[in-house]
Amino acid sequence: MSAALDVRDLHVGVGAVPAVQGVSFALARGRRMGLIGESGSGKTVTALAIMGLLPDGLHATGAAVYDGDDLLTLPEDRLCKLRGDRLAMIFQEPMTALNPVMRMGPQVAEPLRIHRGLSRGDADQEALRLLERVQIPDAAEKMRAYPHQLSGGQRQRAMIAMAIACSPDLLIADEPTTALDVTVQAQVLQLLDHLVEEEGATLLLITHDLPVVAQICDQVMVMYGGRIVEVGETEAVFSQPRHPYTRGLLDAIPPIDRDLPDRHLKAIAGSVPGLGEFPSGCPFRTRCPRADEACLEMPAMAGNGHPVACWHPVG
Amino acid sequence: MSPASHDHPPGGVLFEVRGLARAYRLPRTSLLLPPRVLTAVRNVSFELRRGETLGLVGESGSGKTTLLRLMLGLEQPDAGRVVYHGGSLRRDVQVVFQDPASALDPRMRVADIVLEPLRVMRLRGDHAARLSELLRAVGLPEAAARRYPHEFSGGQRQRIAIARALASRPRVLLADEPVSALDVSVRAQILNLLEDLRVGYDLTLVLVSHDLSVVRHLCDRVLVMRAGEVVEAGDTRAIFRSPQHSYTRTLLESIPTLKKRRAASA
Repeated sequence: MSAALDVRDLHVGVGAVPAVQGVSFALARGRRMGLIGESGSGKTVTALAIMGLLPDGLHATGAAVYDGDDLLTLPEDRLCKLRGDRLAMIFQEPMTALNPVMRMGPQVAEPLRIHRGLSRGDADQEALRLLERVQIPDAAEKMRAYPHQLSGGQRQRAMIAMAIACSPDLLIADEPTTALDVTVQAQVLQLLDHLVEEEGATLLLITHDLPVVAQICDQVMVMYGGRIVEVGETEAVFSQPRHPYTRGLLDAIPPIDRDLPDRHLKAIAGSVPGLGEFPSGCPFRTRCPRADEACLEMPAMAGNGHPVACWHPVG
Repeated sequence: MSPASHDHPPGGVLFEVRGLARAYRLPRTSLLLPPRVLTAVRNVSFELRRGETLGLVGESGSGKTTLLRLMLGLEQPDAGRVVYHGGSLRRDVQVVFQDPASALDPRMRVADIVLEPLRVMRLRGDHAARLSELLRAVGLPEAAARRYPHEFSGGQRQRIAIARALASRPRVLLADEPVSALDVSVRAQILNLLEDLRVGYDLTLVLVSHDLSVVRHLCDRVLVMRAGEVVEAGDTRAIFRSPQHSYTRTLLESIPTLKKRRAASA
């Protein structure tokens, strides 16, 4: 099966400061890939680079091949034809990603008008069907509402409705459930899961929340300091993490089914450095309990099936 | 279970909350209709005992924060009462908020932020020594005192906010989503710090969180709130083992866990 998206040696720089360094991965069609990491790890910048939405001052090199075209070098007019149609993105903050002065109906219908050339009436009808599909209560009424009149969960669902309006091949969801309550989060995850299932789309789910990834992703990539440091099947990565950072993230989550001695979690030392403040060599070495002089040099990703970029992997 | 590190003998009652209610008038949406009313908290009763850790869980809009504000005396109830059985509520009960970035004055140095409660409450003593002690307690270097909040990471800022909350030697610490705005790896550090301080300073802790695993981890007892009401209350482990109310069950079933894979489509 061919890859839905093939990212090769992606580098993104903010001026001379590297934000993403040599990221390569392939998304298999119809699969759900999780991309996890903390704020400042380069997850969102990776997604924006793929979508050709990097803000001014950031530049990407490498390749992101979709359907034979390199998205990084594709002219803007051709990218515009793809975005919102074949490629869709769900953004982190629905309040800032939605147009505050546009009613929800026309807003959800917009991709259909642009990419499918539907008439206003047909697009509205389709928008209503989409809002119902993402289970927005009183969808007909909500068509006339402005974004601020919707709850956070409803806004997030409306964004999903827009993103899936044209049945995209590739859906990138950046922290789609972070601001939501657990019960709404469960519904949104179920919705994303069904979309992949029913429409054969490919999902790249970006989050810092490991349990969320465990719910719906087949595979997971772990990112730190602008690099991918571990990749594997979700179950393998979470049950037998190999990178000390992944191990640390898993240990930092309070278990839901048992007590810890003295109510103490194993915490990772220090905090994520700011952009441009990561150490040379392995970006995690200043926080890593296993680091030694070998880590002054960045290790390559090694290992079959479940590769890791570490000189001293766990387990 | 570890040795009885968090088994407290039943202490005296510190807070007594009886039949508490608070409603807010919403802005008019029409000239012809009467303004609508949002009931944030209704008929809430519970006791907070000395030395316990009480979790408040519920989804956004369930009334958790309003309840905290009523306990702090920042809001007056429409009905019912909050009785604090210690000494001075103002001095004894302190709070840590969710977002440390907006809870700290960006133009004040850390030393002034941390010591401000002492100045405002006119508490005497060796403030310089108290400052060093507080910074040490929350794991910040001495040099932090002369710096400004923006020079710190999110986790360090939360440490500053915690140091400020502890300045007046409170007996009760109210923490409103204290780790929600923090990175995963830093969350564990702050949770460990809260537990260390609770034990070290003999604090009674009220923890508001939408993250049930955090509450399960730290709290002896839990109140589950929905639409302003407490729908279930009791021992944390008992509630997580066998929730009685259907809403609590829904909440617990919605928690994503590392093991539960594809529960959605199952």
